[in-house]
Amino acid sequence: MGIKNFVHFEFQSLPENVSFARACVGAFASQLDCTLDDIEEVKLVVSEAVSNSIIHGYQNKTNQKIEITVTIYDDQTLEMMIKDYGIGIEDIEQAMQANYSSDAARMGLGFTFMQSFTDEMEVLSKPGEGTSVRLKRSFFKESEAFA
Amino acid sequence: MDIELKMIRNTLIIRLKGEFDLLKAEKIRRLIDEKLQDKQARNLILNLEKVSFVDSSGLGVIIGRYKKIQEKEGSMYIVGAQPVVEKILTLSGINKLIPLFKNEQEALKI
Repeated sequence: MGIKNFVHFEFQSLPENVSFARACVGAFASQLDCTLDDIEEVKLVVSEAVSNSIIHGYQNKTNQKIEITVTIYDDQTLEMMIKDYGIGIEDIEQAMQANYSSDAARMGLGFTFMQSFTDEMEVLSKPGEGTSVRLKRSFFKESEAFA
Repeated sequence: MDIELKMIRNTLIIRLKGEFDLLKAEKIRRLIDEKLQDKQARNLILNLEKVSFVDSSGLGVIIGRYKKIQEKEGSMYIVGAQPVVEKILTLSGINKLIPLFKNEQEALKI
């Protein structure tokens, strides 16, 4: 798979930047041959990952750093990496379960949405070092999908 | 995010506008809870007609208000959700707890 384009950016862990991050990735993803619905789903996935970094990774501390790298491969695959340097996740399997949240007031839907709207999800985390979420989604043209 | 409030009998109607994410979640949660308390409202209608985006932070606020309304033995409805928002409500299963209606009039008939 050849890289066609990529973008890398970093920003402060402020709730204000969640909408900025999803708008940026959404705008970048629109280079792909995909629908507006697809873009909305990409934006949701980014929103969940960045919110997780702020709420869980950084425990709502706003002076920390979040990095995003988005890569387009061969005109049809989008890969998103969302990285924080926060507290990390002790038990990734538990964190990824639907309806599980370390905070009782939340629904534990973040990872469920990320999984629902991507083809591949990989979570790398080390307690005390941070968490990286890698999400991949391909947008095949209908003619190719049924070829 | 702009918020409009209206009280019809014992039903509080909240009309939200814009994107319902982490940034807005806490403010909206606080505002709805205050109004539910002040107005002694029993039922809640959440109008999402002008909401263009919702994620799990927004859903957390919605489900939390649903639990509060249930404690008061009241009813909660969501009205006017755009397709992009309705998809998220459906995927999360919230639509099984909180009925969705096209508009406020339909929900008020219940």
